[in-house]
Amino acid sequence: MKVIRSLVLVSNDPRSVELGAEEVFRALHAEIRSQGLHDQVRIGTIGVVGEQQHLPLVMVYPEAVAYGPVTLDDVHLIVEEHLLKGQIVMSLLRFLQEPAGELAWLRTRSGALPVQQRIVLERAGIIDPYSLDDYLLHNGYTALGKALTSMTPEQIIDEVDQSGLQGRGGAGFPTGRKWGFVRAAPSHPKYIIANADESEPGTYKDRLIIEGDPFSLIEAMTIAAYAVGANEGFIYIRGEYRLAYQRLENAIRLAEEHGLLGDAIFGTDFTFHIHLHAGAGAYICGEETALIESLEGKRGQPRARPPYPPSYGLWGKPTLVNNVETLANIPAIIRHGSEWYRQFGTPSSRGTKVYTIMGNVNFTGAIEAPLGITLREVIEIYGKGMKHGRRLKLVQTGGSSGSIVPASLQDTPMDFESWRKAGASLGSGALLICDERTCVVDLAKVLLQFFRFESCAKCTPCRTGTQRLYQIVDAISKGHGALADLDELQQLGKDMELLSNCGLGQTASVALRDILKHFRDEVEEHILERKCRAGVCRIPALSPYEIAAAAATPSQAAIEEFEGSTESV
Amino acid sequence: MNHLAEKYSEEIQAILAKYPADQKRSAVMPLLYLAQRESGYVTKTAMNEIAELLGITATEVASIVGFYSLYYDKPAGKYRIQVCTDLPCALRGAEEFLEKLCENLGIRVGETTPDGMVTVEHVMCLAACDKAPMFQVQSGEGLSYHENQTVESAMALIQSLKKGASHSNKDGHP
Repeated sequence: MKVIRSLVLVSNDPRSVELGAEEVFRALHAEIRSQGLHDQVRIGTIGVVGEQQHLPLVMVYPEAVAYGPVTLDDVHLIVEEHLLKGQIVMSLLRFLQEPAGELAWLRTRSGALPVQQRIVLERAGIIDPYSLDDYLLHNGYTALGKALTSMTPEQIIDEVDQSGLQGRGGAGFPTGRKWGFVRAAPSHPKYIIANADESEPGTYKDRLIIEGDPFSLIEAMTIAAYAVGANEGFIYIRGEYRLAYQRLENAIRLAEEHGLLGDAIFGTDFTFHIHLHAGAGAYICGEETALIESLEGKRGQPRARPPYPPSYGLWGKPTLVNNVETLANIPAIIRHGSEWYRQFGTPSSRGTKVYTIMGNVNFTGAIEAPLGITLREVIEIYGKGMKHGRRLKLVQTGGSSGSIVPASLQDTPMDFESWRKAGASLGSGALLICDERTCVVDLAKVLLQFFRFESCAKCTPCRTGTQRLYQIVDAISKGHGALADLDELQQLGKDMELLSNCGLGQTASVALRDILKHFRDEVEEHILERKCRAGVCRIPALSPYEIAAAAATPSQAAIEEFEGSTESV
Repeated sequence: MNHLAEKYSEEIQAILAKYPADQKRSAVMPLLYLAQRESGYVTKTAMNEIAELLGITATEVASIVGFYSLYYDKPAGKYRIQVCTDLPCALRGAEEFLEKLCENLGIRVGETTPDGMVTVEHVMCLAACDKAPMFQVQSGEGLSYHENQTVESAMALIQSLKKGASHSNKDGHP
């Protein structure tokens, strides 16, 4: 009988790969084999989300020892000393100060970091993302087996509905209901699409989910397809996600080879095929109807709705579009049941959420935590406090289209309901934490620069609105603003919200709106006092000409007097 | 004659097989990637060839090239260094990094070095927000991410690219 004594994980984030992690992996693999240890040592990869020095890292469990940077020359030493003789190689040993993400999860077992509740990322960093065997060993495909052999499609949809799962792409629509719409749609064939076109700045959760556990997405899509009655599915993945694409490609091939995907899945008469489709760098394609247009080989411009994709989607057929994180919840819900799932989160928002923490905190990276934790908890517990002990000023949530939350709201539970009431949106789960050195005008400017670039230019309110908003804010940041500009910004933002064709234009002004609500005095300071309290905007002092011009501007009274005098002539 | 169709007939068949026979147009994006891998950018000839393969007009193909930021219709440096300067990256110093990098290379953003090797561009979010300054390198060899960069590390990478030293991500782009 094989007894696995040790687990060796080699970091394979892009930086590590660049530094030769793949070569190290292969060398370790060969060395373990040549020392006859391959029955006792399992080797895999780990995506290091937080650690930035000493890459590539080699972690050895159960000792939880980290070695790095590991070169090909060190491989022999590690295998012989540590794996064969059981002695830690002190010369290569590293104590990781701020492990994050997958690494942090492993550290939680020794109590180094607070325990996160993992559903979506339960296997990320634990299994080798290239190994179907590993996935199967960690409860992989038990959900699909259960679904196909003991549940009807209606029962599955009911279970998902009961779980309270809401879409994790940003809008929070109840997933079970969406599935029900597609199932009930009369026309055929039906399609399902996993939306992996994650382009919201600050959001990289779907990349981590796919890179860490590609099989779970495949399994979830297969369950969804069975439930809604689809036999064909697409994963629309960002063109930039090369590593994730490769891992999915591998996962699909392995699943097909093992009868878990393709024809006669699990020996039943259910058939389902998945195809990968790479995007090409267009933020707007994350919007589901734009994504569908793009998949049809057109410019990715959103459609007018209704009809919605569940009745009229890909090639005019009923289509289920779900976000990657949403789908990644499905296998656990089917496996454990909706009752189990409902214990996580709050009454209005069940389950967990993957948050990506960025900005001025000591720990940046991805965490998965139950819905309903507060920003203060995120910052203090997971973020390990503000960097340099500075004061929290604001948090931007959900990426560029998300809200600006002032420090005063940091004790509001983060769930869909509470945040809606507070006038904020949870969005994709990106949390950009900003300290007092952040200038809100500059922040708005960078965000609007993004939107004016990414507007697909189909509808006028968005196309010209995003340009105009940027121009005004840019002028304010350079000391050329006027108080009347703020009213124009507000009005234009409202107009765009009402008139734009899709979410991009409708949300482009959200951050600006929040800034004017919570930090208006600071914006006014830029205009009236030509002062940037954060010291970010470089507002030039007035030139002698400008001072003279300002002084020479006639007062309203003088103008009236002048007009009166001309009339009498 | 259709150069792409002849040279990559198997790969093209595999791409077309993903989509229903009456929806061939859907294959335009993967075919554009293929053409771009061939020449570093999408040539006029390639657009015509793709149009012919899919039964659409060359103008329609060109409109797709123009819409998506990962397709190029003009040649540039052999390596495109694309720096993300979105908000989370900007907070970690990406703008200053970009400025200094260009200074070091003696070019402005969007320009190519005189030897034709490197073009520096700024792009929108690449989803590596916690590891800025970061950029991706796009070339005929594929696409690779480079995170936690300094001007020094980026210059060293550029030197090694120029020397044609092997760099780790040689796989083709999806």
